[in-house]
This record gives sequence, structure tokens and C-alpha cells, in this order.
Amino acid sequence: MRRRLFLFPLLLLVLAGGIAHGQSQLRFCLGAEPKTLNPLLVADEPSETVRYLTGGVLVRLNRMTQQLEPALATSWKVGGNGSAIRFTLRPNVRFSDGTPFSAEDVAYTVERLMDPALHSPTGDSFRSSDGKVRTQIVGESQITIVFPAPIVGLDKLFDQVAILSAHSPQKEMAVLGPYYVAENKAGSYLLLKRNPNYWKHDAAGRQLPYIDSVRLDIQQNRDIEMLRLARGEIDFINSLNADYYDKLAAQAPHMAFDAGVSFDSEQMWFNQVPGSPLPGYKKAWFTSTNFRRAISMAINREDLARVVFRGHARPAVSWVSPANKFWFNARLQPHPFDQNAALELLARDGFRMKNGVLRDRDGHAVEFSVMTNAGNKARERMAAMIQQDLAGIGVRLNVVTLDFPSLIERITRSFNYEACLLGLVNDDLDPNAQMNVWLSSSENHQWNPSQKTPATAWETQIDALMRSQAATMDVNKRKQAIDKVQEIVWREEPFIYLVNKNALSAVSANLRNVHPVSLRPQVYWNIDQLVLGTEVARSR
Amino acid sequence: MKRVRLAAILFLIVVAAGCLLADVAAPASYAHQFRDLPDAAPSRQHLLGTDDLGRDRFSRLLYGTRVSLLLAPAAALLASVLAAVIGGAAGFLGGWLESAVMASTDLFLSLPWLFLLITVRALLPLNVSPLASVTITFALLGCLGWAGAARVICADARRLCGSDMVLLARASGASGFRLLWRHIVPNLKPVLAAQFWISVPVFVLTEANLGILGLGVAEPLPSWGSLLRELESFSAFSAQPWQLAPLVLLVLTVSCFHLVFKKQELWT
Repeated sequence: MRRRLFLFPLLLLVLAGGIAHGQSQLRFCLGAEPKTLNPLLVADEPSETVRYLTGGVLVRLNRMTQQLEPALATSWKVGGNGSAIRFTLRPNVRFSDGTPFSAEDVAYTVERLMDPALHSPTGDSFRSSDGKVRTQIVGESQITIVFPAPIVGLDKLFDQVAILSAHSPQKEMAVLGPYYVAENKAGSYLLLKRNPNYWKHDAAGRQLPYIDSVRLDIQQNRDIEMLRLARGEIDFINSLNADYYDKLAAQAPHMAFDAGVSFDSEQMWFNQVPGSPLPGYKKAWFTSTNFRRAISMAINREDLARVVFRGHARPAVSWVSPANKFWFNARLQPHPFDQNAALELLARDGFRMKNGVLRDRDGHAVEFSVMTNAGNKARERMAAMIQQDLAGIGVRLNVVTLDFPSLIERITRSFNYEACLLGLVNDDLDPNAQMNVWLSSSENHQWNPSQKTPATAWETQIDALMRSQAATMDVNKRKQAIDKVQEIVWREEPFIYLVNKNALSAVSANLRNVHPVSLRPQVYWNIDQLVLGTEVARSR
Repeated sequence: MKRVRLAAILFLIVVAAGCLLADVAAPASYAHQFRDLPDAAPSRQHLLGTDDLGRDRFSRLLYGTRVSLLLAPAAALLASVLAAVIGGAAGFLGGWLESAVMASTDLFLSLPWLFLLITVRALLPLNVSPLASVTITFALLGCLGWAGAARVICADARRLCGSDMVLLARASGASGFRLLWRHIVPNLKPVLAAQFWISVPVFVLTEANLGILGLGVAEPLPSWGSLLRELESFSAFSAQPWQLAPLVLLVLTVSCFHLVFKKQELWT
């Protein structure tokens, strides 16, 4: 009894102390549970979020300036014509569990990253050719990594590589980033706590990050996520669709952020696979440049951006988004909406419109289906608008929504489809990352994949240009080649680019120092600089 | 009560007339997009406002009612007929047939239909018109929705076979088809009718759910299901309560059908 009486005031003291030193906590939602906490195996967005918040990287891409900045490496130099990179490491850095950080950890991470048995999606970006990757530790604070062949944009790729500890008993749970995973309640939430050994300090010498912990609630329903933001239960929503953005902007304009055009694009393409089970006359339509350009000109992109995305998108021009300041070819303009010009182009291929129905030279009525993934409202709306636009030139379009696996099966294996409407999520600044789309031999060359030899002259030209830009480290030469590829794609339209969506987000007034950008992660890219209003008040 | 039933009949007549005369009554085509007026509030030109693509909601409701009121009952009828034949035969004949039918209904009810429907849709040709697409959807629902009703009908048929009425009929020399047709089937009618009316709104809602998986009605054809999809977002319909019109119409129509049906049951 005496012991209990002693414990009770102690408990009160502890509680009072806890309240006096209240912990600041940032809260936001993940759309799904992270599939992995191993930073080398990240392939989904929730896992990428955890990696970004916890992983320490050698160099960090500043999402605002789009320039690389020093992180665990104070300097770096690319050599060997792009096949080697030497990092000078920051001294006196420790992992979250106190294990010292050294060049050995970088060597260990690279070894794990390139281990074929691990199948690391991050490691795939570094696999330029067969051969072993070598690491060479120079002194205590330098390491050179040598790849078997040159890799374009080699230094930028290290923004994705979270360094693992070679010696920590906690393995990949010992981290060098601003936070570490303290609690993981499957299906419910993840609690990240401030890394007590984080290397970064602000100008005043205070250790970063400012916020003590981050709670990531797993929440699939966007409606509930919006309600929770309105109630103040979460601090931001990283990515909003246009409908939610407009509602929020009407109710609380100070919380709605439009960071401008993003790197993502929405596009449609026709099946040009010679062996597809389509009738010959349809194959002839789809492989005709005039047909594709006519369809493109008959689509009102301005309306798509204005109606479907409520004005928070802009007509797409190219496979490189205008948000990509360096690589976008600014000479190109969106294809104009001109149905008369479209009919003239079609007439060159023998198409004629009679009684409101477009027919080819053999009398076949022009009718085709476009498939898109079911459940994506924006794409379903776009398809419905394209349906009405194409009716204006006598084309009958059937809109089909399919579950994603069935759709992928059709575009990658059976090739039993006519046209497809999908989007491309792009986070990589360097267009070389899309090499697997533009090479005619690639499996991801969607309109006609895995070609033994390029089917058309312009694909031959694209192949040559993409290979030439990958073989040189001269940025200006690369830029010229990428510009030329953009011009060819603009002219031939194997992909009909429709719109580039804006990066929309919602941020509570309680969160300070927020500068949403178009590159992921839009809101929390400067996580270690973010401050909660409560924290500001307390520090005052 | 008589007045309520009369009002229900009148309501159904108005709804039926409205959807049958949709070509005349609708102020615009269900597919036409007034792109300068997306998400417009109700007005003289657009009695229920416009949807997110600027299509007139009232016109879409009229055409959607036509599609759903024709096809959902057709699918319910198909499911009920299948249930009557399979469940009735099992209950009447009993023995190994009943055991086999019950086992197959258990199997049918336990199958993951959602995945099967996705597979079926993936196998169908893509280039089908919206009307063909909606017909296929409801036909599939009709073919797949019989199992639950068949169990009920089987149990009722079994109960009837053991009743004094059927015992008397057997004693009077009735057997086989005559016993089934004159004594069992007429007494199964109320249960069958109930199963039918229960199935109608279920099929309408199932069609709405299937729309999310790509199995529903294709654009631009409207149906109650596709119109109800607008209510997925709470924030959307709380700001625009007129979006609830298809839901109100569905509830009223089904309730009116039930009221009229009760009267018919009394007559039976």
C-alpha cells in the first residue's frame, strides 16, 4: 500500500512532465500499407514515402530547384565517362541506433543494391550492362563506385539510394534519414520518430528535423481523408484530385495549393502491333500517321483540361512535361483543336464522311474502342469527352473500362485491343529514364513493343537518337537529341498526349515552412524543415 | 390504405410514361455535353442541374430509368424463372436431386462472383455498343442470381409437398405434372413474386457496383446504377443534394412496386 502511495505522485509527475514537453507530431495519410520497409525493395508509393522520410542518401535532389545538393556526401565527382563516381563522405555521422556511418556502409549498400538475387527495383536503374560493380574505399571518408558501363545521370540516381548499415544489428531499420520507424501497426498506422543522430542542423545550429514524430495513417478513402483534414486530424494531403481541390479552395482557400503543372501525363495510343488479332483495315488506320494526327486534332484538349481537371491541367505537348525545366522542348506547341483540318488529313488517306459517318476508302465505318482502367473517374470522363469530340468527325468510339490486370494483359500479352487511354507517372527528371519506352526493342514501347527491327523510319531515328544521348555525357548534345525525339513524337503521335495535370495538395494552416512543388513528394520534400504551429508557439 | 396504393400505381404510371416518352420529355440528349456548364445547379434549362461533364441530369435520369426499369426486372425475371425451375424441381422431387441441387446452390453461393465477373468481362469483345454492353451485364446478373432464391423455393416446395392440401390431392389421384401445375406452382407464386421484387433493386445496385469494375453500362448510356455512382463521394452530394434524385426515384419506385404487389398478393 505504501509503495502504491509512492508510485501515484510519481506517475502524476511523469504525466505533468510529458505535457510540459509536449511532443510535436505531424500526421498525414498513406493510400495503402507500405509493401516493404526495406529501402532497396521499394516499388510502391507508400513504401517510397517511408523511404523518403527515413532513408539517408548521399546526395539529395532539391525538389524546388531541381538541382542536386550534398547530403551524406559533402562532394562528389563523376568520372570514367560516366561509369564511375567518387563520393567524399560527411564525417561524424551516426545511424539512428548509434552505429557509426562509414564508407563501408556505402560499399555494403551498393553490393546489396546490385545483388541480382535481391531484385531491387532501385538497383535496376544502375544496370547499364552486364558485369560487376566495384567499390573502392579511399581513406576513411572517400569511396569510388565503378560501374561496368557509363550510366547517364549517374549522380542523380543516388537520390533514391538509402544507405544501409553494414554493422548495425537492426539492419535496414537503422537509418540515416530524419526519422526512424518506431512503430508499425499493420493496416492501421506507422509511427516515425525523430532520428536522434540525424546529421543536419539549421543555420542557428539546432538539430533537424523540427517535428518530433510523424504518424502515417493508412486511409484508402479520399473522402474520409478530406474530412480528417477539415477536422484538423491530419496536417496535409500530398496529392489531391481537381474535384477535391476545388471544394477545398471554395471552403478554405488558404489550405489549397496548386504547384503548377506536374511531371505526369495522360495519353492515348493505338495498337500498332502487326501480329495483333485486329482486322487488316483497322491495322492500316492505326499505323497511318495521318489517321493518328487527325484523331489528335479532333480532340479538344483545352476542354479536357477545363472540364475534367477543372482548369488544373494544361494541354500536353510532349512526353517531357513543361515542368521539367531543362529537358522540355519549348519550341513545341499543343496540337490545335481543328476538326476541319482533321477531316482534310483523313481525306488524304481516302477517308470520307457521309451522313455523319466517317468511312475508309473500302467503305468501312470508322469505329473503334478505347479502353481505360475502371474506377479512375478522370480517365472515364476524358474518354466520354473524346467520344463526343470524335463523333464530330463521324468516328464512333466505344468506351470500355477494365480492371487493371485485364487491361495490362491486353496491352502486354494478347494485344487484343484497339486503343488505350492511360497516364504516365513520372518522377525522374532525366528523360533517359524513359529509354525503356522509346527504344523499339523495349517491352514498354507500348504501341508496338519488342520489335526485332524498327517497324518505321521514324522509330529507327528515335532509337538512334536515344542511344546517342545515352552514350554521351555532354549535356548539350543530349539536350539536342532529346529535343529531336520530342519533335518526332509530336509529328508522328504514336502516343497522343492529352494533358499534364497540375500538382495539387492541401495543407493545414498549422503546418509552416511548406512550399509545395510539382515533383514528388510535393508537400514534404523538405520534411526536416517543416514546423508545426504548436512547435512555433512553444519555442516562443 | 387504398389511396396509398392508388397513389403508388399512379406514380408507377408516371414513371413508366416518363421513361417511355424520354425522347420527347427529355430537354436534351442524354449524351450531349454542355461543356460550359459542368456541375451546374438546377435551373429552367436543366431541372436537375448538369453532371461533371455538363450533361443534363434530368434527361439522363429519364433515359437511365428506361434502361434500368426494363433490364433490371428482366434480369430479375430470368433469375426467378431459373430459381423456380431448379428449386421447384428439387423440392418437388426430393431425394438425390434435392441433395444435388442444394449442394450446387451452396457451391454457387460460395463462389467469388466478383472475380468470375471480372474474368467474364475480360473475355468479352471490347468493341460492343453501349446497349449491347448493358444487355450483357444484366443477362449475366440474371444467370448468376438464381441460387439464393432457388433455396427458398426448394424449401417452400418441400413444405407444400408435405402439406395436407397436397396429401388430399394425392389421395384424390392427382400426381406428377398435374399435382405440380395445379397445386404446387400456384402456391409458390407469392414466394416467387417476393424473390422477384427483392432482386430488382439488388440488380440495380449490383450494376452500379459492377460499373466501378468496368462491367456496368458503357458511356454515354445512363442507367440508375451509373447515376448512383455519383453518390460515391459524400462531399459531392452533400453540396449538391439534387444528385440524390436517382436514389429517391429508385427507393420510391421499388416501394411503389411493393405496395402494388401486396395488393396483388391479397387478390391471389
